[in-house]
Amino acid sequence: MSDSVDPMNPTEPLGQLPKPATAIPSMAQVSKERKTAASTVLQKIRTSHPRASRIPDSVFAVIILLSAISVFAIVVLVAWELIDKSRLSLHQFGIGFFYGHDWDPVAGSFGAMPFIYGTLVSSFLALLMAVPLSIGVAVYVTEMCPQRLRAIISFLVELLAAIPSVIYGLWGIFVLAPLLREYVEPFLARTLGWTGLFTGPMYGLGMLAAGIIMAIMVVPVIASITREVMTAVPQNQREAVLALGATRWEMIRMGVLRNARIGIVGGVILGLGRALGETMAVTMVIGNRPEIAKSLFAPGYTMASVIANEFTEATGDLYLSALVEIGLALFIVTLIVNALARLLVWSITGGTARVRA
Amino acid sequence: MGVGIEVRGLNAWYGKNQSLNSIDMTVAANHVTAVIGPSGCGKSTYVRCLNRMHETIPEARAEGSVKVGEMDVYGSGSDPVEVRRRIGMVFQKPNPFPTMSIYDNVAAGLKLNGFRNRKQMDELVERSLKLAALWEEVKDSLHKKSGASLSGGQQQRLCIARALAVEPEVLLMDEPASALDPISTSKIEELIFQLKQHYTVVIVTHNMQQAARVAEFTGFFLMGSLIEYDKTEKIFTTPADKRTEDYITGRFG
Ligand SMILES: Nc1ncnc2c1ncn2[C@@H]1O[C@H](COP(=O)(O)OP(=O)(O)OP(=O)(O)O)[C@@H](O)[C@H]1O
Ligand SMILES: [Mg+2]
Repeated sequence: MSDSVDPMNPTEPLGQLPKPATAIPSMAQVSKERKTAASTVLQKIRTSHPRASRIPDSVFAVIILLSAISVFAIVVLVAWELIDKSRLSLHQFGIGFFYGHDWDPVAGSFGAMPFIYGTLVSSFLALLMAVPLSIGVAVYVTEMCPQRLRAIISFLVELLAAIPSVIYGLWGIFVLAPLLREYVEPFLARTLGWTGLFTGPMYGLGMLAAGIIMAIMVVPVIASITREVMTAVPQNQREAVLALGATRWEMIRMGVLRNARIGIVGGVILGLGRALGETMAVTMVIGNRPEIAKSLFAPGYTMASVIANEFTEATGDLYLSALVEIGLALFIVTLIVNALARLLVWSITGGTARVRA
Repeated sequence: MGVGIEVRGLNAWYGKNQSLNSIDMTVAANHVTAVIGPSGCGKSTYVRCLNRMHETIPEARAEGSVKVGEMDVYGSGSDPVEVRRRIGMVFQKPNPFPTMSIYDNVAAGLKLNGFRNRKQMDELVERSLKLAALWEEVKDSLHKKSGASLSGGQQQRLCIARALAVEPEVLLMDEPASALDPISTSKIEELIFQLKQHYTVVIVTHNMQQAARVAEFTGFFLMGSLIEYDKTEKIFTTPADKRTEDYITGRFG
């Protein structure tokens, strides 16, 4: 009788026991010749000088070290290049560039704040919508949906990740924006207008549209990672919670999400990375106006968008240099956001406890 | 106080495969009852049917009548969540919550049941850890250490404490000591012996000496059927069925 399907310990190594039993007859068919051939090979291996043909650990260590250093070197090179090419603008505006509000190429005054603001707000907005949605999708797929639906939903979610961002942009312009303009924004203005976040003219295109488009784009990233880590949570954790008299939802919260939380944070960080750098779709729907407005209906601009939009038409060295410095700002913002996310992970785990059950 | 269990005509399936055939068994309150039998005979399936854990496996279902005290486990109005709260379970492999402190592990069931009073919770956690004979070892690191940082034997006792904290009427243990060293095993056995003052215990074991040491009653399962069920002494000295005798004398298994 096989133990391979014991519900209590699905991972028990015993599950592999039956295999050799069926493999033995075929082994018996192995001819004598083969056996002697194998033994002469063994003889050779034993008598040859092992050192000569093997890579010594020291070589291995150097190769590994080199690849580790190369990652570091690439980061440094990128940073250096950005600093080098934005020297002119760094000289002209100093540190004030990063908090300057003006972006007027004609007058020759450049400030990065509207773009930093636009990037951060649109990304944050995107995460605000995408994180609950992704976790919902992952929970549904791993814990609740029928086996057959599971594959279909996973496939669809992953398909979302494969759609080029231009297509999202087009969809944003032709479907999302009219929808927002006609229905969603008027509704938000009526119900939540008092917050100041949903006021002003409703164009459809703007910060809100950018947030929504990006949310749709990062959902597959976060959802697939969340699904992955949730599947990795051992079944016995679920059973432990159920056996205490927990409802299904409590089981998911305590037995699954709690154990998977570090992995989920990791997925959110990856999603955020995608949102911060997303260019095409956002450029198409955000409105491209370098202004800082409280209302999410208002158009905005992101760092990636302004570089993509204006690089080819940048006349004059200072303009070009300012755009490269925007790139530098994006680089720094990305670093800071990632560092903060790391800190978050540390604070959750208390610096020690790793999820390993 | 523990309550008795009455099982009548219990059948269980995994998909189309029937793994329990019409089991009848009366488990005495405040006693330890052992379930023995060769691997794959349905011991785990049986105890998991008693607290409706069986049906949490996809495609698995059970039929029949199980009465735990006054509670009709498979009755039409019965709620599996309530059933599982009143019938605690300890699994073969220790499964503490790795991201929770020792305290939170024990308090987990209390919190699930809406328990909020901090002082009473402290008392219950301490009481459960003492019952599980773990208190002395962990009392200084209740909040500092995680459940996963304990040794295997300590983890299993933590799981027992966690199950006891919600004050179940019955405690089901599926090979609770099979992953443990002899010292931890004897601690757990000692503990099981103590527990029967307050609880009805059903324990699955592969180890016949263990059954002989801790249990007053023993049931022998074979291929999904209960072959013989009697006082432990009787089972081990003068079994009525040839198959039982073959099993306990090690002639098959
Ligand atoms: N999840 C499952 N899916 C399908 N069949 C299962 C599953 N779990 C157990 N079975 C089958 O049910 C029968 C009884 O299994 P069970 O786990 O109850 O045996 P057991 O007596 O506990 O064995 P062991 O002593 O090895 O733990 C076995 O034939 C097994 O193959
Ligand atoms: Mg078992």
